[in-house]
Amino acid sequence: MNHATHPVQEADHQAPPPPAHDPGQQHPIGIYLKIWGLLFVLSTMSYLVDYFAIQGTMRWVLIILFMILKAGLIVAVFMHMMWERMALIYAILVPPLALGTLVWLMWIESDYTFWTRILFFDGGG
Amino acid sequence: MSTVIRPGEEAAGGPPEALRDFADDWASDQEVFKGVHWGKAMMWIFLLSDTFIFSSFLISYMTMRSSVTVPWPNASVVFGLDVGGVSVPLLLIAIMTFVLISSSGTMAMAVNYGYRRNRKVTTALMLATAALGATFVSMQAFEWTKLIHEGVRPWGNPWGAEQFGASFFMITGFHGLHVSAGVIMLLIVASKVWRGHYDRSGDYSAVEIAGLYWHFVDLVWVFIFAFFYLW
Repeated sequence: MNHATHPVQEADHQAPPPPAHDPGQQHPIGIYLKIWGLLFVLSTMSYLVDYFAIQGTMRWVLIILFMILKAGLIVAVFMHMMWERMALIYAILVPPLALGTLVWLMWIESDYTFWTRILFFDGGG
Repeated sequence: MSTVIRPGEEAAGGPPEALRDFADDWASDQEVFKGVHWGKAMMWIFLLSDTFIFSSFLISYMTMRSSVTVPWPNASVVFGLDVGGVSVPLLLIAIMTFVLISSSGTMAMAVNYGYRRNRKVTTALMLATAALGATFVSMQAFEWTKLIHEGVRPWGNPWGAEQFGASFFMITGFHGLHVSAGVIMLLIVASKVWRGHYDRSGDYSAVEIAGLYWHFVDLVWVFIFAFFYLW
């Protein structure tokens, strides 16, 4: 953080220090325009999935693919995550993986609810 | 992560070196996030908690949708617009997506110009971002009005599963609230940039921190767009 309590040791820099730290994140403007363009293309493609009414497995494969690519570009470049310190990257990106457990649990739960409704409520919802 | 080499400690026994380094790193945030502006680290931690809130909404939506026994309303039709008598699926949502992505683009450039100490361009780009954000919220208000007129309520709708309305109002409402708060925050930071506040303090990080929040709002929309509107 801003105020180091002791001088930085050489051993702390096993990886090269972030290229732009003190004056803040400085990168050529061009990279933002390129990512902006890519996000437009990806959004158009995910919209076209719906426009051409692609169904079945192909639909969700494409939707998830475009979603992950868009999210990755926003986090990595627009939010500067790819230039951040490794400790910050792990501290922020690892905890959300726990959500997979919640998804899995609720998936099982909703399956149970679904069949309970089918069996006992005669298809009511 | 730091690998502090302490000669002689190896022989002293105790926990393995890697474990000690890990503990050292995390024993103080000043070690872990060295070189990261404190405001930025805190914003990231806030965004992490916000990730869990939005995930809870999306996961409860998944739970409701996969447990209903009646058909889920077709989002492609529900959110379609009539253009010259032809129904175009999801048109308004697609426009909203492009508006929000553009606002993220202008925000990223505002951060960049901020660090170049370009006061005027930074202010202009932040105001453009706020304007696009306000446009987004207005279109969402239009969408809400349209659906409410068509009879969508949190407890029911004319097309299918009753849970549709509850998910829709909760998820898009909470996201819209974030966008509105973001617009206000952008206006505050932009006015401080304009008045030269950050030139005096010599620290333009506030623009980047505001930008992090704004990109996060765009990021959440990516997931809402995929799971709620396209699925």
